Amino acid sequence: MVPSKKEALSENGRAGLLPALKDRAGREGCLNRESMSGLAGQYHLPLNEVYGVSTFYAFLPVLPTGKNIIRVCRCLPCHLKDAQAVIGSIKKELGIAPGETSGDGKFSFELVSCIGACDQAPAMMINDKLYGDLTPAGIAEILKSYA
Amino acid sequence: MAEKRIVLSKCGSIDPQDIGTYIAKGGFIAFIKARDKMKPQAIIAEIKKSGLTGRGGAGFNTGLKWELARSIKAKAKYLLCNADEGEVGTFKDKYILSNDPFGLIEGMCIAGLAIGAQQAFIYLRNEYHFLYDPLVRAVGQVREKGYLKHMDIQVFEGAGAYICGEESALMNSIEGMRGESRYKPPYPPTRGLWGLPTIINNVETLMNVPHIINNGAAWFSAMGTGRSKGTKVFSVSGDVSRPGVYELEMGSTLRELVVGLAGADDLKAVQIGGATGNILPASMLDTPLSHETYLGSGAVVALNSGRDIIDVVQNDMHFLNDESCGKCTPCREGTEVMLEIFGRLARGEGHEGDINSLDALARAMAVSSLCGLGQAAAVPVLDSLRYFYNDYIDRINQSHFLRSYLGGELFKSEEGIR
Repeated sequence: MVPSKKEALSENGRAGLLPALKDRAGREGCLNRESMSGLAGQYHLPLNEVYGVSTFYAFLPVLPTGKNIIRVCRCLPCHLKDAQAVIGSIKKELGIAPGETSGDGKFSFELVSCIGACDQAPAMMINDKLYGDLTPAGIAEILKSYA
Repeated sequence: MAEKRIVLSKCGSIDPQDIGTYIAKGGFIAFIKARDKMKPQAIIAEIKKSGLTGRGGAGFNTGLKWELARSIKAKAKYLLCNADEGEVGTFKDKYILSNDPFGLIEGMCIAGLAIGAQQAFIYLRNEYHFLYDPLVRAVGQVREKGYLKHMDIQVFEGAGAYICGEESALMNSIEGMRGESRYKPPYPPTRGLWGLPTIINNVETLMNVPHIINNGAAWFSAMGTGRSKGTKVFSVSGDVSRPGVYELEMGSTLRELVVGLAGADDLKAVQIGGATGNILPASMLDTPLSHETYLGSGAVVALNSGRDIIDVVQNDMHFLNDESCGKCTPCREGTEVMLEIFGRLARGEGHEGDINSLDALARAMAVSSLCGLGQAAAVPVLDSLRYFYNDYIDRINQSHFLRSYLGGELFKSEEGIR
């Protein structure tokens, strides 16, 4: 939804910015310069302001990502349940390290802050789906379902 | 002592997608009573008298906060429900939102009457995206029943930032800005969202409201301790055989929760309240859990005797460093330096001066950081130094052996050399 100039410049005008950024990132995979400039125009903001907001949030990538994003929790409860082994297994399976995207563009791999699944540690999310009680041996099977 | 389920009383016994099942269990009786038979001032008086305090970690008196917002004349007021549950080891709000969204919405409806808000938001963290549609549908069902004529509720999804659970950062995020903390005062009840009076309450806090309206302040304040009334919902994880969500009366001991209910065995320590929480040795298991002692968000991570406390604090610090919003220097730089020191200790390159540096830095951050993140980042560091000082000394003394051990490991794994 494109706000009118009057709406955009009103006191609450920026309220739509975060949902709009999320929507763009969701549809286009990442926020490139073009989409950020577009939104900057709509909200009458400088581009750097929109870039500043985008880069603040973990779920608003500004660089291209894979088709599926794997987010492995690396906080204490998962760490205690050997998330490191799960991370190692994903590394081996995809041949990429955290922060990288696989060559075929299928997967991006990230280590993230607590995802609130501490009772099912170690846990990860692939896109919006949660996987808990992971084992290093079970990783291949899960990744295969995204092939 | 057994669990005392008040906040969680309807979890599991209703269909979270069907308001009819909630109403059949006595839902919205409290709201109708508050709407038809009570003045806003009477609602606030009841909540204030009950002694209900904020369940997100700060423990401020809820009624007092509402009264502040009520007393200010403004063109609009806002109610925000903080469902940005990002504290490490906390998953109670996820459990509540999944099993009883109507309890939260009823609490919000009553809070809206009390403070005179016309617009409310539920700020839901992006990691709980799977709860977005169910929550929107639940709000829709409440609206259809005609219980939302005085105020509208919008579900607003975050975009992945721990700091947005801090109230002023949360407001910045809704306003479409970077989720950085604001300078206080002014506090949100006087000047909050878009500069207008705003009340921000945790999911669990709002869940208590209908029960207090139904059963009265005296019933509620009969439970708990001096400054901590009612019950608390805990999230237990780590080295326990039954991790999960448990609700206990305030003032129950750590032992009842971690050993009795969650089944911990062979404990060395527990961390209470997430990455910024206190780390207590097993000898303190009989400590009661309340605002007067230790509580935070109610996250409890159990650590067995095989755990390395320095590794635990390093993990906490990694998280805090990552999630520091970067606005104030003590937190942005302090977590960075601490992480560097913990890295050195882990590599066997620590020296005795590191202990003093950690201590001095932690104390400086606690008094000079802008918001709770930087202020409380010091807590696990200072606690580990207080209760596990010898672990640090041993680590430094054994540096030489650690280095030679790690050197060997590096040769064994090809990943090590990169």
